[in-house]
Amino acid sequence: MNENLIPLDKLPVGTSGKVRKLTAKGNARRRMLDLGMIYDTTIESLRKSPAGDPVAYQIRGAVIALRSEEASKVFIKSVEH
Amino acid sequence: MGLTKKSTCLGALKGTVGVNIKSSIEIVVALAGNPNTGKSTVFNSLTGLNQHTGNWPGKTVSNARGGYRYRNKEYVLVDLPGTYSLLANSVEEQVAGEFICFGRPHATVVVTDATCLERNLNLVLQIMEITDRVVVCVNLMDEAARKRIVIDLERLSALLGVPVVGTTARSGRGLSELKSAIEGVAFGRIKTSPLKVDYGKTLERAVKELEERIGVLAGERINERWVALRLLEGDSPLIRSINSCLGFDLEADRQLRQKLADIRAEFMEKGLSSEEVRDVMVSAIVKTAEVIGRDVVTFNGKAHNRLDNRIDSVLTSKTFGIPIMVALLGVVFWITIQGANVPSALLADGLFWIEERLFVLFGRIGAPAWVADILVSGVYRTLAWVVSVMLPPMAIFFPLFTLLEDLGYLPRVAFNLDHYFKKACAHGKQALTMCMGFGCNAAGIIACRIIDSPRERLIATITNNFVPCNGRFPTLIALALIFFAGAAGALGSLAATLAVLAAIVLGVGITLLVSRLLSKTILKGLPSSFTLELPPYRKPQVGKVIVRSIFDRTLFVLGRAVAVAAPAGLIIWVMANTSIGGASLLAHGARMLDPFARLMGLDGYILMAFVLGFPANEIVIPILIMSYTAGGVMVEPGSLAEMRQLFVDNGWTWVTAVCMMLFSLNHWPCGTTLWTIRKETQSWKWTWVSFLVPTITGILLCIIAAQGARLLGLA
Repeated sequence: MNENLIPLDKLPVGTSGKVRKLTAKGNARRRMLDLGMIYDTTIESLRKSPAGDPVAYQIRGAVIALRSEEASKVFIKSVEH
Repeated sequence: MGLTKKSTCLGALKGTVGVNIKSSIEIVVALAGNPNTGKSTVFNSLTGLNQHTGNWPGKTVSNARGGYRYRNKEYVLVDLPGTYSLLANSVEEQVAGEFICFGRPHATVVVTDATCLERNLNLVLQIMEITDRVVVCVNLMDEAARKRIVIDLERLSALLGVPVVGTTARSGRGLSELKSAIEGVAFGRIKTSPLKVDYGKTLERAVKELEERIGVLAGERINERWVALRLLEGDSPLIRSINSCLGFDLEADRQLRQKLADIRAEFMEKGLSSEEVRDVMVSAIVKTAEVIGRDVVTFNGKAHNRLDNRIDSVLTSKTFGIPIMVALLGVVFWITIQGANVPSALLADGLFWIEERLFVLFGRIGAPAWVADILVSGVYRTLAWVVSVMLPPMAIFFPLFTLLEDLGYLPRVAFNLDHYFKKACAHGKQALTMCMGFGCNAAGIIACRIIDSPRERLIATITNNFVPCNGRFPTLIALALIFFAGAAGALGSLAATLAVLAAIVLGVGITLLVSRLLSKTILKGLPSSFTLELPPYRKPQVGKVIVRSIFDRTLFVLGRAVAVAAPAGLIIWVMANTSIGGASLLAHGARMLDPFARLMGLDGYILMAFVLGFPANEIVIPILIMSYTAGGVMVEPGSLAEMRQLFVDNGWTWVTAVCMMLFSLNHWPCGTTLWTIRKETQSWKWTWVSFLVPTITGILLCIIAAQGARLLGLA
C-alpha cells in the first residue's frame, strides 16, 4: 500500500498515471467520478494551456481540461513507460 | 397507450415538467445525451422546422420540442439538456432526470458519440435504471469510420438489452431505422430487458430490502429499484421530486424509514459513509461501461486522436495559442469588413431607390406632406439605414462564427483564456459566453445559463456587454475606417481591422478587470470547480452552417433590430422636427448634454445619439449624422469621405473618434439586452447593476482618455 502518490497537477505532460484517490468533496467529486475518474483509471497529461493552467488530460477517450485546483485533488500513481 | 395522466404522475408534475401531452394522440419521445454528441442535429433532422423552444418552467434551462409524423402517428420529441450523468446535482441533470422519470415518455432516445462510446454509456446505463423504454442512438458513425473505430452495434444491443441504431444524423443516415425503433419501443412491439448495473453484494441486498416496501407504497408509478438507489445515496434533490410526484413523503412511512436506518447503521459498521456509497455506485456504472466498451468497440487506427492532438498542440500552444486566436478573430473581422462594403452600398442604393418611389406614391394618393415625411423620412429611412448597415456584416459574421463553433474551436478559446478568468475569480465558461456576445449581447446573456454557480453567472451577465456586439461593430468599424484608415482599399481595411481588434482586446481586458472587481466587492466568492471538455474537431457542414446561422441568428437579430428601429425612427423624427424657440427638441437635448459630453471628449449630439440609440445600437451613427446635418431627416449614407468631412466640420479630432469608440464599447446595454437580463436574473437590482457598471466604466474611460490627451497636448 506504500505507493508513491502524486497529485494529478504534478504529473508531467506526456506521461500517464492511474487514479488512486480522490480528495474532492461534494459536487466536484461527483463530476470527476462522472468523467470516469474512478480507481485505477488511466489518465494521461496531454498539454498545458498557454498560461500553464488549466491542463488538458486524456481520460477514457475524452480530452478534459482541469484547473490545478481540481487536478490537485486527484491522487495518482505514476506509470513508468 | 395505457398511460393516463394520473398513472404517469404528469398531473402532479405538470408545473415542473411543462409538457402538455394529449396522451391518446401523441407519442412522447425524450431525447437525452451527452453534450457534443450531435444530439441537436438528431433533433433537427427528425423534426425539421417543426420546433418550439422555451424554458423549463421556473428554470433557466432551455427546452426545445418538436414534432414529426411516422406511419400516421404524431410524435412529440422533447430535447433534454445535454448531460454526462443524472447523478450530479446541476439544474440540467435534474431537469433531464425528472422528465425521464415523471414525464414518463413513451420512449427515451439516448444519443451517444460513436467516437467516444464508452463514456457515453455512463448516461445510457443510468437512464436504463429509470425506464425500460430506451433506444440507444450511436451517432457520428461517419466520424468513427474516419477514425477507423468499429462498433459492433448488434453486440451492443444484445449486451444492453435495448435496441441500438447507428446514425449519421447530419447526412440523415440511419434516421428511418431510428424512427422505426422508437415506434417499436413506444408501442411495446419491441420488448426490452435493460441491463442492470451490479452494485455489489452489500448494496444489492440493501436495494432488494427497500425495493419491496417501495413497491407496496408507490405501486406501478415509479421504478422501485431506481428509487431505492436514490434513497440509499441520500440527500439527492431527486428524492424531493419523487415525493412531490407521489404526493406523499416516502420516508414518512415508518417501515421504510426503519429499514433505511438499519441499512445505514449496517453500512456504518462496515465503514461505508454515504459519500462512499455514492462512489461505489458511480464506480460500478463506469466499470460496467468500460467492460461493454471493450467488448463492442475496436480501434483499428493507431492513436485515433493523433490529428486532433497535433492541431491542439499548435492552437493551444504557449507560443502560438493566443496569437493565433487573435489572428483568427482578426481574419473574421477583416472578411466581414471587406465583404460587407459592396453589398452594403448596393443594399443602400436599392432601399433608397424604393424611398423615392414611396414619396412619389404618397404624392399620388394625395397624403399630406407631413404624413409622407414622418412615414418615409422618419420610419422608412431609419429602417433602411439599419438594414443596409447591419444585414451584410451580420450575414457574413454569423456564418463565420458558427463555422468556428461547428469546428469545435470555441472550447479551445476557453482553454486558452481560462487562466485569466480564474484570476478574475470567474467561471471558465465565461470565455464562451463572452464569445457569444460578439454576435449579440442578448444571445450571450442567454448563453450564461451554462454556468452553474449563480455568483459566476451574474458576473458573466453583468460583464457581457463589454464585448461589442454586431450592432456596435458597424459604429466601431465606420469610425476606424474614417479616422484610422487614411488610405482606401486593402491597406485601409487592414488599419481599420487593427483598430477594431484593439478595441476588442480592450473589451476583453475590461471584462476580466471588472469581473475581478465584482468578485472582490458585491459578488464575493471563489471560482467554483469546473471541467471543460475539448471535443474532437468536426468537419463543419458548411451549407447547413450558412442556412442555420442566417435563420437562427442573422434574421432573428435583424428582426428585433427592425422592430425597435421603426418606432425609434418615428420618435427621432418627431424630436428633430418639433421646434421650441427656434431649435429642435433634439438640439435642446444635445445642448443640455454638451458640457458633460465635452468632459468625456464627445459633444452633446454624440451623447444624445447614444441616448436615442438605446433601442438598438446600430442607429447611433445614423442619428448622429441626422443631427449634424440638421435637416431633420437622416441623410442617405454617402461615401466615407463625405462622412469624415461632416464629422471634421463639426469639430471632430481623432480624440473624438477614440472617445466615441470607447463609449460605444462601454455604455449601457441596449434595450433588448437589458430586457433579457431582467428575464434571466428575475431581478431589477441586477438589471440596474448591469446598466450602471458598463455606463460608469465608459464615462470614466472617456474622461481619462480625453483629459489625458488634453494634458499631454496631443489634441
